[in-house]
Amino acid sequence: MFIPHTDPERAEMLQAIGVESLEELFKDVPEAYRYPKLNLPPALSEMEAMAQVTSLSQANEHARELICFLGAGAYNHYIPAAVDMLLRRGEFYTAYTPYQPEISQGTLQAIFEYQSLITALTGMDISNASHYDGATATAEAGVMAYHYFRGKRNKILIPPSVNPQYRATLKTYLAGYESLNIVGDEAEVDPLSTPDYLLNQLDNNTALVIVQYPDFFGRIFDYTALAKAVHEVGALVAVVVNPLSLGLLKPPGQFGADIVVGEGQPLGIPLSFGGPYLGIFATRSEYAHKISGRLVGETVDVAGNRGYVLTLTAREQHIKREKATSNICTNQGLMALASAIYLSLLGKSGLRKVAELCYQKAHYAAEEIGAIPGYSLCVNAPFFHEFVVCCPRDVAEVNEHLLEHGILGGYDLGRDYHSLKNHMLIAVTEMNTREEIDLLCEALQEVSHD
Amino acid sequence: MTEPTIYELSSPGRLGVRYPDPDVPLTPLPTEFVRDSLPLPELSEPDVIRHFTRLSTFNYNVDKGLYPLGSCTMKYNPKVNEEAARLPGFALTHPLQPEETVQGNLALMYELQEWLKEISGFAGVSLQPAAGAQGEFTGVMIIRAYHKARGDTKRTKILIPDSAHGTNPATSAMSGYQVVNLPTDSNGNVDLNALKNVLDDQIAGLMLTNPNTLGLFDVNVVEVNRMVHEAGGLVYGDGANLNALLGITRPGDLGFDIMHFNLHKTFSTPHGGGGPGSGPVAVAKHLVDFLPGPIVDIIEEGTEEEPPLYGFCMPSKSIGRVKSFFGHFGMMVRAYVYISMHGPEGLRNIAEHAVLNANYLLARLRNTYKIPYDRICMHEFVAEGRWEDAPGIRALDIAKRLIDYDFHPPTNYFPLIVHEALMIEPTETENKQTLDRFAEALIKIAQEAHQSPELLKEAPHNTPVRRLDEVKAAKELVLCCWIPEN
Repeated sequence: MFIPHTDPERAEMLQAIGVESLEELFKDVPEAYRYPKLNLPPALSEMEAMAQVTSLSQANEHARELICFLGAGAYNHYIPAAVDMLLRRGEFYTAYTPYQPEISQGTLQAIFEYQSLITALTGMDISNASHYDGATATAEAGVMAYHYFRGKRNKILIPPSVNPQYRATLKTYLAGYESLNIVGDEAEVDPLSTPDYLLNQLDNNTALVIVQYPDFFGRIFDYTALAKAVHEVGALVAVVVNPLSLGLLKPPGQFGADIVVGEGQPLGIPLSFGGPYLGIFATRSEYAHKISGRLVGETVDVAGNRGYVLTLTAREQHIKREKATSNICTNQGLMALASAIYLSLLGKSGLRKVAELCYQKAHYAAEEIGAIPGYSLCVNAPFFHEFVVCCPRDVAEVNEHLLEHGILGGYDLGRDYHSLKNHMLIAVTEMNTREEIDLLCEALQEVSHD
Repeated sequence: MTEPTIYELSSPGRLGVRYPDPDVPLTPLPTEFVRDSLPLPELSEPDVIRHFTRLSTFNYNVDKGLYPLGSCTMKYNPKVNEEAARLPGFALTHPLQPEETVQGNLALMYELQEWLKEISGFAGVSLQPAAGAQGEFTGVMIIRAYHKARGDTKRTKILIPDSAHGTNPATSAMSGYQVVNLPTDSNGNVDLNALKNVLDDQIAGLMLTNPNTLGLFDVNVVEVNRMVHEAGGLVYGDGANLNALLGITRPGDLGFDIMHFNLHKTFSTPHGGGGPGSGPVAVAKHLVDFLPGPIVDIIEEGTEEEPPLYGFCMPSKSIGRVKSFFGHFGMMVRAYVYISMHGPEGLRNIAEHAVLNANYLLARLRNTYKIPYDRICMHEFVAEGRWEDAPGIRALDIAKRLIDYDFHPPTNYFPLIVHEALMIEPTETENKQTLDRFAEALIKIAQEAHQSPELLKEAPHNTPVRRLDEVKAAKELVLCCWIPEN
């Protein structure tokens, strides 16, 4: 097992310490509270423990046994075998934050390359070493904007077309800033409105406008005019992206984004029931000192050789304490590595190909579903690989029927938007064959006939 | 030894993965949204494998040797954990699947919640926080929500001992609180007189790490918690050092109101070169309704034939969501396997041997290194990396010289209340021989510091790179590699 001590070794060590027993080491612990009886199951051997979790895992149905059309922030993509082979190297996964750069160049250079790949993908100048996930990266954009204006601008604008979980997380993160208002996603706003409705809410008190690209409903908008208007009132624009879509789409850096955040899960990270994922955070170089989280920079050693270190650490909690830009410490190092490997493997043509496959298959699916009596598409803009379908019945009922056919249906938008009852968000990726899409259509048709 | 960057290795036209052609009729691309260029590198699969494999060999890691980073609990990461987390039924489940299709996941999360409650002595647990710092943030937001719900709006300050980890004050500030520093007494405990003087109706709470960052169990902890409660405040326990307490005592019993766990420290999930971590938060009964959610509960009790039906619930006064979905599920699987392989006695064994190992190293080093708070320690201890008769030698030099002896250095310059701190946490998974070699290396380095200090000043000698110019890195700020135009 994992504790190597033999009885004679233990005795020798206790003697060196000058105590009689292990119990003597815990005299500072109040006696009344010492050695509680823990009501836990008795220890299992490795073989038994593995059998136990295997049986739990088999109580699930998963996205590869089922035909998956579920997205809404987590996507079923193919992960080349090489990604996990490299992640399983103990040299990577059993190391910690690279505090000692001379013996952490592997992690440091890999993060540096991750930062480079993310700037290339987003069209921004710099990227940090990662946040926890898309939701917390979005929240940190709010925190950064608040501090950038030293708390003097008290409004953050965010439309309902940004992922509901990201909006919820943003609100939790900023609840401590009493004077700050997060507006734009009130219940009475039509969730499918186009982003120009934000224009008349812009004012000199606005710190940040957050939009999503493609948005939560899969739609693609050109935010150039919006970004221009936001900059005219002196505020910042953050764009929430699906990084995989940027294999095909114009990067937000090209239409004026000041901050780009997003969920990195589509880049080689398994669904894993919602985590661990990867929070992407990129910005312009002028905000380098305002960015939260870790940054790796290039430098040289005493012999003039190129090397990498954690840099601008003076922003961070271990130095600045209560004046730090964020409390973040451990982040998503291994997940950043996974996405760096994924992007390196797919490269320029591979990522474009996957993005195009998603686009093509989703458009075929939309076309076919739109033709089924009783179903209609709620698409008033170009879309990437997700689209909203209005169903003839309650989405949960439709999905129940799909599940009987081995299909994991789309996301029930009625869970987050009262006005979108009976609306389903369908995601199609490179994993879905034409045959699977046709099966989905057949099964949907059966529900409409009832 | 250097490795070219992934961009330097790129060769136009090379392909790493091939994908099938579309099997559906083509739709025209939305040309106005299509990017002109995608500046990603181009490599074959062997290029990529070799590049990252070579990079990996530049890393020190727990699989290679002792990693005694104080406050980080760099214990061995059991290999079975990795197998378990990759079981297809776990790794391939979508977080938004209907609950009835993921009952295995929910059962695992429910049991883990129950186990963590039992281990810590608390009444409720949320597994959602992503890491320790997020767990702290969650805890402080719960403190805030609790006072607010009682209409108690005067409380604007959080007390933090001067020995605390930097995340504590950063978290408090992030949550809108003013930080009040609390001094440590000469024995390394919270200074009770100072505490008495600052406690009033403006104090929202205290963030206390116990064992503290000196590796010492605060002998007054029950009294400290009582005093804070009496003044109407709550006590947040930083669970970073829980490894020392498993099966020994329960923070909930000691009077803490809230605590976060670090599954990546105490429960052996790997540190991953800086994450992913996992920072579940536990609370006492009066705070259960404030937990972030959703959390797992039993929706329908089981019978003899049928297991219970599990589902997600949002606590009634929840502070809200702190991240997407339900937390780092992959880390929960690992921690679940680890706890099930230990049981109650096994957990106590972990704490006992973590503490034994730390005290053994302390005993071996006491005569060579100054120990500013010298008493029986818990899972770690702090030494000073300086000697009056070896001028110019700093903790940093000792740390770097340890690398020449093939050890990862301890944490240095933390906690801030010790000069030239070397914070040493061996963990329970190290054997006596390794500890002896480590102690001997440190003793030898102390000799070298006096006789040939240049050996320390120039260390490390045999690493892929030597000491790096951190000033240049911060001044010139090169944060990404050269990326070709198209």
